[in-house]
Amino acid sequence: MLSRVAQNVYWMARYIERAEDTARLIGVNDILLLDLPRNTLGWEPLVFISGAEDLFYENYNKPDEVSVIQFLVGDRRNPGSIHSSLSSAREDLRTSRDVVPRDAWEQINDLYIYVRDHLVIGMSRRGRFEFLKRIIHGSQQITGLLAGTMNHAAAYEFVRIGRNLERADMTTRILDVRSANLLIQQTQVQEDQSQTQEELNPFENIQWMSVLKSLSAYQMYRQQVRLRVRGPDVLKFLLQDPLFPRTVYHCLEEVEDCLSRLPRNLAPLESIAELRERLTTARIPELALNRASMHTFIDELQMSLGHIHDQLTATYGPQAARK
Amino acid sequence: MAIDWRHYPTDGFYDELIKATCKPRSAARVLCDYLASLSDDELTERKTAAELAIQVMGITFTVYTEGTSIDRAWPFDIIPRIIPRTEWDRTEAGLKQRVQALNLFIDDLYNEQRIIKDKVFPVELLTESVNFRRQCVGSKPIHKIWAHICGSDLVRDRDGTLYVLEDNLRIPSGVSYMLENRLVIKRVFPELFEHQYILPVDDYVLQLYDMLVSLSPRPGDDPAVVILTPGIYNSAYFEHAYLAQQMGVALVEGSDLMVGDDDCVYMRTIEGPKRVDVIYRRVDDLFLDPEVFHPDSQLGVRRLMRAWRRGRVALANAPGAGVADDKVVYAFVPKIIKYYLDQDPILPNVPSYLCLEEKERVYVLANLDKLVVKPANESGGYGMLVGPHATPKERERFAERIHSDPRNYMAQPTLTLSTVPTLCDHHVEPRHVDLRPFILSGIGTYVTTGGLTRVALNKGSLVVNSSQGGGSKDTWIVDAEGD
Repeated sequence: MLSRVAQNVYWMARYIERAEDTARLIGVNDILLLDLPRNTLGWEPLVFISGAEDLFYENYNKPDEVSVIQFLVGDRRNPGSIHSSLSSAREDLRTSRDVVPRDAWEQINDLYIYVRDHLVIGMSRRGRFEFLKRIIHGSQQITGLLAGTMNHAAAYEFVRIGRNLERADMTTRILDVRSANLLIQQTQVQEDQSQTQEELNPFENIQWMSVLKSLSAYQMYRQQVRLRVRGPDVLKFLLQDPLFPRTVYHCLEEVEDCLSRLPRNLAPLESIAELRERLTTARIPELALNRASMHTFIDELQMSLGHIHDQLTATYGPQAARK
Repeated sequence: MAIDWRHYPTDGFYDELIKATCKPRSAARVLCDYLASLSDDELTERKTAAELAIQVMGITFTVYTEGTSIDRAWPFDIIPRIIPRTEWDRTEAGLKQRVQALNLFIDDLYNEQRIIKDKVFPVELLTESVNFRRQCVGSKPIHKIWAHICGSDLVRDRDGTLYVLEDNLRIPSGVSYMLENRLVIKRVFPELFEHQYILPVDDYVLQLYDMLVSLSPRPGDDPAVVILTPGIYNSAYFEHAYLAQQMGVALVEGSDLMVGDDDCVYMRTIEGPKRVDVIYRRVDDLFLDPEVFHPDSQLGVRRLMRAWRRGRVALANAPGAGVADDKVVYAFVPKIIKYYLDQDPILPNVPSYLCLEEKERVYVLANLDKLVVKPANESGGYGMLVGPHATPKERERFAERIHSDPRNYMAQPTLTLSTVPTLCDHHVEPRHVDLRPFILSGIGTYVTTGGLTRVALNKGSLVVNSSQGGGSKDTWIVDAEGD
């Protein structure tokens, strides 16, 4: 397949996954905040998770609900907003429309038009739930359509690679921001042995639950981990569990599987093997004792994911195929 | 009842569906009765369904002048245009004859030039033609075919005669809309397909693919066919993507291709360079190869012409094929048919006056208010003068242009284009149409079943180009008896 097209479908899949993940993140935060006392958490962490805090503060004064949602959903100046992501996915596909089934193009087009035309109601508190749900379902429908109607040949492998790298990336972002917030509190708990954790921070439990829910992982987590929801267990699960499809480990395995069927895969496969080694040998409960070491570890994971992306571009991108 | 045929005007035009007040032509009877049976709400519902289908299917076209929104939904009218099969069979034969002669003509011009030596075609027309490519002289494309894909525009005058208005031999577009219109209309009026036989159109894509494969310089195994597009900003990008998708071939841009030291063309793939055999190019001649044509073209491929001349790759249409779609050459087509095939043309040309010939120029200048004057090498309806609709000042300015460059202009009487009922807020009004069938030439010749009917959506307008307020209709070839 054409190098340019490989790159386009890879990005298309990343953007669609990004739109879905962002929609889920907002939806979960929305519900979480209703359970928390005012001013406990707020909307700012979502800006940090998106990794675009500089851009945000260039354009908004404070991270209140209206501004953050506007920024993450409808703001075209933010290339990671849902509106921008779907628009980019659509443009990527438009220039490679020949390789994906027509129904998938119609679906993406439809979803984009829906989002574009429902921004106002979608950002209102009342309409938001339905709007976000539709985006999540729409994205999953595209994933399903591609899985069910596209040749599982090279182009499809690039779709899966894009999706899984984006997922892994999003999982690490969520863990980074949320654990920075929650693990501090844990350190305080250990210093003050006279009080139980629950008394000190009655809301920690539901916040970790919301981390799981941001990744649609709560129910599956409960099936595997029977204990009450504790930070280190959640971290270990979302990083290392091989079975849940949004864990970093699982995403890496998917990417590896796709790559194994592509040509010229030696270098990227090596990077993945290294990263996997690093991931599986990490002692998460120990890292979780200290928020700085957890942060460093997640930072390393993110850099490795970035490195894999660069390597894919160098191997398969349009600049690579020179005679 | 929403549509009342009693109020449909039938004077002054040839209407494709209605013969006289309340008398539909026989091939259109089922349709007209059906339309009259629909209520306002039902009509609106059908129209909305069509608009929705077009939006969801992502059928778009691009307008150059629009900065930010680069594509627009395709304007479509739900009432189809109908042609009886008997008439179509004759038209099809006429188109085949015409394109066959044109291909012989192009091949002759680039090789022996017999037609010039025999003084049938004036040499000065050739030397002054902007579409004659010296770089192609002596080339011998496979099957001696240059214009593999031709789109000829047909119009019907007041008396019912179907004329060929022009032949587009460079990179004609519109076929994807023909195919899409049928899909839309099937979603909108499925019941109409039950009671009459409407000939299918979707054979085109396979025919196109087979024709392209037949051009491969490496016959036998599975040749690599690609479509070369100028990219997403081209007005026909939708079509390029559509055809690539339907044929299952790669849609490439210039930067995806390269010519190797062996003068073969390769595309850049994830596995490394891969040989390309046939390029259906939708890039203009002058942008194809910066080594030979515009040196700063980003759209083409360096050394592509070298590969083509050496027969290492096939280009469809061949570079230089446009020499025959000059509007001045057009006037010679009847003679061209006679010269190469020794046959009389089945389809008539619109009577044409060449400004190059003094006697005809004098007539044109004296009758500017009655004529349509066209520059030889513009397409899309640009740069022409519609005499009866122009102001005296516009006509004056045009007369100056004709004086300074007579070779570049030809004139035709203003035809009263035929009409088809078109939906305008719950009722129907006549709107002018033309028809663009597509003709494929390889080992054999194939003509689309009908073609793309373009309609001037503005009342009284004769301009059907989508870039200038035109829309389209589905075109039905219907098996019906008598008329």
